[in-house]
Amino acid sequence: MSEVLTTKAEARKLSFYYGDFRALKGISMSVHERKVTALIGPSGCGKSTFLRCFNRMHDLYPGNRYEGEILLHPDNANLLARGVDPIEVRMRIGMVFQKPNPFPKTVFENVAYGLRVRGESSRRRIEEKVEQSLQDAALWDEVKDRLHQPAYNLSGGQQQRLCIARALATDPELLLFDEPTSALDPIATASIEELMHDLKERVTILIVTHNMQQAARVSDFTAYMYLGDLIEFGVTDELFIKPKMKQTEDYITGRFG
Amino acid sequence: MLGAEIHSQRLARRRSRVIRERLIELALFFAALVSVFTTVGIVYILVKESVAFFQHVPLIDFLTDRQWTPLFDDAHFGIMVLLSGTLTSSAVALAIAIPLGTVIAIYLSEFAPFKLREMAKPLLELLGGVPTIIYGYFALLFVTPLLQRIYPDLPGFNLLSAGIVMGIMIIPYVSSISEDAMRAVPMHLREGSYAMGATRFQTAIKVVVPAAFSGIASAYILGISRAVGETMILAVAAGQQPNLTFNPLEPAATITAYIVQVALGDLPHGSLGYQTIFAAGLTLMLFTLACNIAGHVLRKTFREAY
Amino acid sequence: MKPIKDVIRRRKRWDAIFAVCGLLALMVGVLTFVALFLDMALDGVGRLSWDFFTSFPSRRPGQAGILSAWVGSTLVMLTTAFFAVPLGVAAGVYLEEYAAKNWVTDVIEINITNLAGVPSIVYGLLALGLFVYQFGFGQSILSAGLTLALLILPVVIVATREAIRSIPQAVREGSYALGATQWQTVRYHILPYSSAGILTGVIIGMARAIGETAPVITIGALTFIAFLPPAPVQAEPPFVSFEWLLSPFSVMPIQMFNWTSRPEAAFHANAAAAGFVLVLMTLAMNGLAIWLRYRLRRNIKW
Repeated sequence: MSEVLTTKAEARKLSFYYGDFRALKGISMSVHERKVTALIGPSGCGKSTFLRCFNRMHDLYPGNRYEGEILLHPDNANLLARGVDPIEVRMRIGMVFQKPNPFPKTVFENVAYGLRVRGESSRRRIEEKVEQSLQDAALWDEVKDRLHQPAYNLSGGQQQRLCIARALATDPELLLFDEPTSALDPIATASIEELMHDLKERVTILIVTHNMQQAARVSDFTAYMYLGDLIEFGVTDELFIKPKMKQTEDYITGRFG
Repeated sequence: MLGAEIHSQRLARRRSRVIRERLIELALFFAALVSVFTTVGIVYILVKESVAFFQHVPLIDFLTDRQWTPLFDDAHFGIMVLLSGTLTSSAVALAIAIPLGTVIAIYLSEFAPFKLREMAKPLLELLGGVPTIIYGYFALLFVTPLLQRIYPDLPGFNLLSAGIVMGIMIIPYVSSISEDAMRAVPMHLREGSYAMGATRFQTAIKVVVPAAFSGIASAYILGISRAVGETMILAVAAGQQPNLTFNPLEPAATITAYIVQVALGDLPHGSLGYQTIFAAGLTLMLFTLACNIAGHVLRKTFREAY
Repeated sequence: MKPIKDVIRRRKRWDAIFAVCGLLALMVGVLTFVALFLDMALDGVGRLSWDFFTSFPSRRPGQAGILSAWVGSTLVMLTTAFFAVPLGVAAGVYLEEYAAKNWVTDVIEINITNLAGVPSIVYGLLALGLFVYQFGFGQSILSAGLTLALLILPVVIVATREAIRSIPQAVREGSYALGATQWQTVRYHILPYSSAGILTGVIIGMARAIGETAPVITIGALTFIAFLPPAPVQAEPPFVSFEWLLSPFSVMPIQMFNWTSRPEAAFHANAAAAGFVLVLMTLAMNGLAIWLRYRLRRNIKW
């Protein structure tokens, strides 16, 4: 890769505790702007825990503790600092969940929700944004006649794309994907992967996946984690073909999982 | 730059929003506190008026006197009289509610086909939702005449009719809580019993009921609490004549019926008669509190870990 | 050693016997309900007429009606709902969405459980001492409404909590991930999705309140009242009046109690008629709540 890379977000010696249990052990890693970075590793390695630090999701539950920093650029601001409002963080960083979780509302209202929460009241602006987001999520053609029907009527793959559109509507700088296709069939999975390829022109993506082949397909950079440690981080092609660490190689070649 | 905590303005907490969220949370918190205020209010008012009462009437008299004649010139304040009415009627009621309620619960939980259960549950709920004044009317003008055909000497006002009707009213409380407790017993306990060749009846009695014991016990305690606190059925059908008796074939006043009788009359605020009802109410409250605590302790001690 | 077949046959007989016992026990409840309903209907239906609903009670049984009673009941119910619904829902929302697991929350929860088991007449005593005299609301609709609101508060709170608890965490996370505040999540998601369950609880609570006699008698509702409270809406400014809140009143169950207590049989017919109306109202409300709950279970697809 000969282009210039800018860092969008940076974890610095990030540790995380569920009560007394240390789930993340001093991770330092860069997430490059407008690139897809994948987090892979066996179950329990902490990749989802790491992901959820970025939008302060852990704050919702008692007994959790962060150590270290996550810097968001270009502000060079630490997301985990004391005076930082998690709500403000979540307005700039979006998330798509493992199981599609559309709200029990209409398709339109699902996408519009993020805008309403920010106080957007102009009907026209909301409609424009909803259409734009559904287009960006490659869902517009399929739902444009069903905007005011319940979102639950959509198929699994459509629901997930709806959740992506919903996250896009607020113009996030960083989009977090938590195993977004593990609950979907192969065709829906393919459409989401294709979508990610288009989206990365506009927004930085950090994706957790338990499917190595998916990481190899969609990401530019990959991080391999094991039991709370970051074992290796590198350009995807290089990491999969010639991993630097033996542990990485063992995982990739399927010696354990 | 390592460890620097420069945070940009864009990520800082917005004061107005934080204040608004805090105020909303505070308002919701006070709504939740209303229940605490209610309890405090009840304790306060009962104790305050009872203290005034006990300045006129010695506690020992209250507990041991065998007459209850608060409005006479030679007034007697023996709570035992009212308690006898309460206990007798409750005993009759529970003699009906506990066996029938338990049998119904076991039947619905272990025997009844799904459709029957789905129909019976709402029906029982309706039974429990009938206003008690209607049960009172029923006891006085239907059950008493009916009983008088069997036992012609039965007085028009008596504890038996009231107790019977009260018992039937309490059945849904006992049965629904017991049934919930039994349904919560996991299938694998039952399967263990069936696998040894036990019949449905044996499994129900020997495995399910003991496993659901704490829930069933708390259902009984709720039933007791309900019987002791019931007012209208007794005020209408048992008469309002205080009578120290444990014979259900006689009329008698309960603590609750007495309070109603006084409230129907004209008692100046602050008079001894006014304070009497609070003393009676305090006695009632202590009893139901004891029941609640017993139920709570039972649940805690015998909470089966499946 | 008895042949095993006989032993099994004998034991199975117990199954059949018990099944019959269970059905019989159920029948006791069902038959009582039917007898009660029919008794009321047969004795009272003759008295039901337009006049019955629009006349005041009177010393002559033939002319007595339930006008003041059902108007009083309606006004008291309005007041009860006005206090019980916001307080109950707010408390339920607080306990499910905001409260941390500390001793304060424990105290609140213990109180709610405890209050559900307090006899209704004790609420009447509380109201008499506190609302009627200490706060000076007098023996009025306001006092009655407040009392009954406190009485049904545990019902509303429990219904709210259960409805909220059935909302999956994924929906909350989805809302927070978009930058919503806690109140925004409650307002746009939690409350709308739990509203049906809350409504069911409110209806059940109101059905209970409408039939409560003891607490209302205790605070001094009149058993014989031949006038209506001042109307809430008037022809002259300021057009809306709250005088009715502080006026004396009666309610349906008290009217029935009064008529039942009279020795003349003619009044008993009136009591039966009033009781019939009351039972119908309670049945309708409970039935509505049960139907709502059934619909809910079918429609909600989490």
